[in-house]
Amino acid sequence: MATTSKQYKVIGEELWKGRAEKTNAELFALTYGALVVQLIQDYEDYEEVNKQLEKMGYNIGTRLIEDFLARSNIGRCVDFRETGEVVAKVGFKSFLNITPSVTHGGLPIAASPTRSSTASPAPTIPGATFTLTLDENPLAEFVELPEEALEGGLWFSNILCGVLRGALEMVRILTALCLSKFTYHSSDSNAGHGYVYLRCVARGRNDRDQSHPCQVSRGRSSRRR
Amino acid sequence: MAIFGLWVINKAGGLVYERNFGDGLPRLTSNEYLVLAGTLHGIHAITSRLSPIGPSSGAQVIEGETFKMTILLTATGTKFVLLTSLAESTADVVLQKVYEVYADAVMKNPFHTPEMPIRSEGFDRRITALLG
Repeated sequence: MATTSKQYKVIGEELWKGRAEKTNAELFALTYGALVVQLIQDYEDYEEVNKQLEKMGYNIGTRLIEDFLARSNIGRCVDFRETGEVVAKVGFKSFLNITPSVTHGGLPIAASPTRSSTASPAPTIPGATFTLTLDENPLAEFVELPEEALEGGLWFSNILCGVLRGALEMVRILTALCLSKFTYHSSDSNAGHGYVYLRCVARGRNDRDQSHPCQVSRGRSSRRR
Repeated sequence: MAIFGLWVINKAGGLVYERNFGDGLPRLTSNEYLVLAGTLHGIHAITSRLSPIGPSSGAQVIEGETFKMTILLTATGTKFVLLTSLAESTADVVLQKVYEVYADAVMKNPFHTPEMPIRSEGFDRRITALLG
């Protein structure tokens, strides 16, 4: 049942078209902008704002996954690589009408960002990470981050990380952390449009619930905690 | 062709929604429903491990002489169970629609706590429209 990435593209597109209720993109972007700015005012600490955004996203993700599964009719992914494809081509497409580009990568043990990295004989675990590059970000359509926020380390679109973590956790894939970076092309005219990178690291699958078939194939992309 | 009842079982095996349609089924006490749901959860967990070739979906249909029980297990672990007559052939499709309604009316409600019993008028209404 190897669905190619092209097929995923088609599924994503159909889902987007089939969605009857769509929100005005400006309203969406403005609402999100207002939310982030309010958080900054309330917490006065960018680090904390990042954390809160991630938390909110997590709560959204745990709910959104049901919508995704109910409508997309996609079964379990064979490995983390496939997960990346589905997230980008079906998930992002059907909810935000964008398709981030996916880069798959291994996970070098030494530079492992996981907190509880277990010792493993292999130097890298192939296919254990994927990076999503959003060259179009509907959340940040009108955003020009001030110096202060940039220096303070605000991750404007950090909510996306949370959404991904929450959604994947519900289908029993534990992802370590998603780093989001909001970088600008400095010498570009449309400085408001940055790239967002989301990096997902497979941390294994959640084995608490034994009654379901596993998601991530053993050895290839997952490490047990 | 008749639909008798719908259950929604959370991932821990608790019954979070239960409804009868028509008068095909005798009413049970809520405790009995909880026991039934818990038992089904256990049976399902066993059946998902019986496959000789790797992971299995577990039981999808259980049939009796006069009824059929169709089970939809979602990737998140929630189970939707539809009790129908034997002749009902569209139970799978109906369950998928129920799942969509659940995603919309229950999961998207910010005041609904996941894994807790579903008390939502909107969900009731949409289920009635779908199955009633």
